[in-house]
Amino acid sequence: MELTIPSTIPLQAYLALAAVLFCTGVWGLINSRNAVRVLMSIELMLNGVNINLMAFSNYLDGQLIRGQVFAIFVITVAAAEAAVGLAILLSLYRNRETVDMERFNLLRW
Amino acid sequence: MNIASITQLICFVALSATLVLGALGVVLLPNIVYSAFLLGGVFLSVAGLYLLLNASFVAAAQVLVYVGAVNVLILFAIMLVNKKENLAAIPGLGLRRLLSGAVCGGLFLLLIRVAFTTPWALPGPEAVGEEATIRIGEHLFSDYLLPFELASVLLLMSMIGAIVLARRDVLSSDVITGELVDQGLIEKERTPLLLENSPR
Repeated sequence: MELTIPSTIPLQAYLALAAVLFCTGVWGLINSRNAVRVLMSIELMLNGVNINLMAFSNYLDGQLIRGQVFAIFVITVAAAEAAVGLAILLSLYRNRETVDMERFNLLRW
Repeated sequence: MNIASITQLICFVALSATLVLGALGVVLLPNIVYSAFLLGGVFLSVAGLYLLLNASFVAAAQVLVYVGAVNVLILFAIMLVNKKENLAAIPGLGLRRLLSGAVCGGLFLLLIRVAFTTPWALPGPEAVGEEATIRIGEHLFSDYLLPFELASVLLLMSMIGAIVLARRDVLSSDVITGELVDQGLIEKERTPLLLENSPR
C-alpha cells in the first residue's frame, strides 16, 4: 500500500491520546481540593486540545498548517490564563488562609 | 515497515506512556510538589509529540512557554501557598469521585467513538515538514495579523492584571466611612510570609 503521509502512526492514535489527556484533566478539575491542582488540570485540558489541533494540522491540512497557528494562540492564551489564575489564587489565599476549594463558598446559596 | 517508521512508532509509544502516566500522577498524587514536576514532564512529552507531528516551532514554543514559564509560575505559587493544612472531610466524596469518574469515562468513550467512526479525509495533502516555521510566519503576518496583535494586547492586559491582583494594598483608612482600619491587619499584611508552623 502506497503511503502518502510520511508517518505510519494513524491520526486516531493522536486523537485517542488527546481524549485521555482531556478526560484526565476534567476529572482532576472536578475532584481536586487544592486550588493549584485545579489550575494544573486546566493546563492538562488545554494540552489535550492542542494535541488535537496539531494532529489535524499535520494529517488533514498539511500545506496550510492552520492548526499550528491556532495552537500558538492557544499557548498564548494559556500563559495569560495561568498568570491571572495564580494571581487570583494568591489574593484568595491571603483573604481566606486556605487553598481548599470546598471552603471557597462565599457566593454559594 | 522501514527503520524510520519503527523508530517513530517507538518514540510515539514511549511519549504517550509518559504522557498518560504523568497526567494521572498530576491528578492523583497527594503531594502537590510532585504533581507540579510531573506536569513539567507532561509538557515535555507533549513537545516531543509535536516534533513527531513535524512542528518544530510549536514544540520549541511549548518548551519555552509551558515548561519555562507556566510550570515555574505554578511552582512559585505552590511555594507561596503551601501551608500544611488538614482538609476537612466532606460527606459523599467517594460517591462524587465515582460519579465524576463515570462521567469522564463516558466523555472519553464518546470522543473515541467520534475519532474512530468519522470518515476523515485521509490521506490529506502532503505535510510541509521543515517549512512549517516559514508558513507560520506567513500566516501570522498576513491572514492572522489581527489575532496576533490582539494576542499581544491580551498578554499586556493579563500582565498588568496579575500585578494588580497579586499586590497587597492596605489603605490606612476606610474609603467609605473614613475611620482608621485595624492596626493589626496592617501589621499582618506587612509580614505576610511569616508562618506560625513550618511548611511541609
